Amino acid sequence: MTTSPVIEVHGLVKTFGRVRALDGLDLTVAPGEVHGFLGPNGAGKSTTIRVLLGLLRKDAGEVRLLGGDPWRDAAALHRRLAYVPGDVSLWPNLTGGEAIDLLGRLRGGLDEKRRAELVERFELDPTKKARSYSKGNRQKVALVAALASDVELLVLDEPTSGLDPIMEAVFQEYVESFRDGGGTVLLSSHILAEVERLGDRVSIIRAGRTVETGTLAELRHLTRTSISAEVDTPPAGLGGLTGVHDLAVDGHRVRFEVDSAELDAALRLLVAGGVRTLTSTPPTLEEMFLRHYGDELPELAEEEA
Amino acid sequence: MTGVGGLLRFHLRRDWLMALWWCLGLTLLYWSQAVSVKGLYATQAEFDKAAASMEGNAAFIAMAGPARALNTVGGQVVWQASAFGAIAAGLMSMFLIGRHTRAEEESGRDELVRSGVVGQQAPLVAAMIVAMAANLVAGLLVALSLMSVPLDAADSLATGLGMTFCGWLFAATALVAAQLTQSTRAMYGIAGLVIAVAYVLRAIGDVGDPFLSWLSPIGWYQAMHPFSRLRWWPAVLLIAGTAVAAMAAYRLFVRRDIGGGLLADRPGPARAGAALASGFGLAWRLQRGSVIGWTIGMFLGGLSYGSIGNDIGDLVGDGEFAQDVLVQKGDLVDGFYATAILMLAIIAAGFSISSALRPRGEEDGGRGEPLLATGLSRSAWLGGHVAVTVLGTLLVLVASGLGLGVGNAMVTGDGGAVVRLGVPVLAQLAPVLVLSGLARLLYGVAPRLAQLAWVGLVLAFVVMLFGELLRLPQWLQDLSPFDHLAMVPAEDFRVVPVVVVALVAVALSAAGQLAFRRRDVG
Repeated sequence: MTTSPVIEVHGLVKTFGRVRALDGLDLTVAPGEVHGFLGPNGAGKSTTIRVLLGLLRKDAGEVRLLGGDPWRDAAALHRRLAYVPGDVSLWPNLTGGEAIDLLGRLRGGLDEKRRAELVERFELDPTKKARSYSKGNRQKVALVAALASDVELLVLDEPTSGLDPIMEAVFQEYVESFRDGGGTVLLSSHILAEVERLGDRVSIIRAGRTVETGTLAELRHLTRTSISAEVDTPPAGLGGLTGVHDLAVDGHRVRFEVDSAELDAALRLLVAGGVRTLTSTPPTLEEMFLRHYGDELPELAEEEA
Repeated sequence: MTGVGGLLRFHLRRDWLMALWWCLGLTLLYWSQAVSVKGLYATQAEFDKAAASMEGNAAFIAMAGPARALNTVGGQVVWQASAFGAIAAGLMSMFLIGRHTRAEEESGRDELVRSGVVGQQAPLVAAMIVAMAANLVAGLLVALSLMSVPLDAADSLATGLGMTFCGWLFAATALVAAQLTQSTRAMYGIAGLVIAVAYVLRAIGDVGDPFLSWLSPIGWYQAMHPFSRLRWWPAVLLIAGTAVAAMAAYRLFVRRDIGGGLLADRPGPARAGAALASGFGLAWRLQRGSVIGWTIGMFLGGLSYGSIGNDIGDLVGDGEFAQDVLVQKGDLVDGFYATAILMLAIIAAGFSISSALRPRGEEDGGRGEPLLATGLSRSAWLGGHVAVTVLGTLLVLVASGLGLGVGNAMVTGDGGAVVRLGVPVLAQLAPVLVLSGLARLLYGVAPRLAQLAWVGLVLAFVVMLFGELLRLPQWLQDLSPFDHLAMVPAEDFRVVPVVVVALVAVALSAAGQLAFRRRDVG
């Protein structure tokens, strides 16, 4: 097993006419990790994936995939990966089973046992024509074809947007076992809970650029913890700390949010006041995400104005 | 019945333009026959001669209908247009009914409509009214256009309304089909089959046992005998048939669930066959229906040209226009068949271009992306489609040549016609592939402009029909790849032009494939 990155992107630029879809994007995915790829709509997630798959030609930057050039070595590299698009289109007059076999065979063969198991677990009727499938069922077809392939890398572009929660759990289970078997996953998603559960590392992109990358633990340093406590005497000076926000004191009840860097100092003040009860909520990616864009959007608006 | 009015207004807004085109097309079908027949024969004696020759041709009768009063303009119009008019009206009805019943249910929009203040039968009734109204307008326009020629008013009205009633009956049978199947495609399949059976029954009946014609709604329409001792009573059969079929549709409707069909959706294979494992395998699977349909259609087209036999001189008369268009070179019979071969080849180019544009449809529909993310290379994906286009075009041309030869042999009794007329069609593969090669080049370089490939077909068509007549400049005529080939059998076959044109086709296609490998996909 090599330790060089499975995906390595530096300064990737892709323009469509006058629109600069990717503007110097960086992305590194190490072998054996599930890498969450996050960003709002139009940030360039799908464009990046299409460049990685050799469907789009880069305008500038470095792109390496599985040690090769995704544009030149496309077909050879594709035998080592499986891709599930966000909006799966199938051939209306082929059945789901036929589409699974077709995609699998073109990728170099399917694990028959796993194929049968996946069809059953996802409760997919493979004899129905794709014409009559719902969005979720079309997605299941692509997922079965991808997860039953023997590949090193899974590229998943919002793969569960049409699945119900039960099927989502099945999906997560298979992705985890794929990773445990040494596989690498690039998981672009809007469903933050999914990335939180599966992701080892996360890259957040915005407007075609990577704004944050790291492990979830690393990124949480940038985020706030919500504290709610009942104390004997409300501590003075809490409002004076720079990292404390939205402080609300109501008799003995204290509620505030605190930057991870100031957590220790804030708790010391709290403890000095005699803590009766304490609830702390760890930051979710969701909040992190909102804050990331929530904070920056007004700035951007100011800049533009 | 609540809500019928609202639905009608809604349908009318969605349909008026489409229905208008259908009505104009149907009117043109009848009216153009009247006008062209009127100008074709200089004297009545010539007309009588042509009519006699047509009356004796069983293939014509099978294709068009019973031969009555063929030496009159009205008789000719009914003979040449009524069967096809009935079919076209049937198709219009089928699409209108399908669009407002089964297609709505399949898409789920019907559920939304039904959740409003809409009676249970309202969607059915509204669809039927729309189809009946469209057919009525079309029939009246046909009648008016024939009266304007001018032809006898009562007979013109019968010709138009007969078509209308035929359309009504096919609307009602389509409504029955809509209750049976779950998918719109399958519904069109059944409704289309009903129309096809009606046509074939009367074809067999008209040349053989007349009883069979009385089993066909198209036969009933033609039994009204417009322009030759008109009688109205067969129209009653059509109206009664409409009522019976509509009632049957209603009875079926109340027995089924909304969204469901009485026939269960047939499950397909759970595993792919061995052939579905390559770019070619998939391309063939996607295009095979169209290849088979075109092959059969072109065989029948060839057959109809061929069955004109060697009586072409009697048929066209001495009209200068007909001579110029139908017989461009050489003597009458050979010249006619050389033009027929060219015509068949240009029609076959329609298949070739649409087949060459198929990858664009796949890419547009988002079905290219997941494939190109597998081990299938771009060249193999496009190459599979190219192979199907080339093989399919060859098949379509072979079928039209075979039809032409066999049709001629059947009428003349000369078996050699199969080779003499069939083989020259194959040389047309080269110019046909130039047109689809152009389509591929456009697709490879600028997929947005790919539909411009049809301009090549239009140009070839215009050059063929009017090149000499309008004295188009030579360079413009040279742009049509068909114009460079020898007009066999009127001229001797020449190899060099075929080879050169074939090389152009290869170059265009190769350039298109190269360009495709270099551009963004999706």
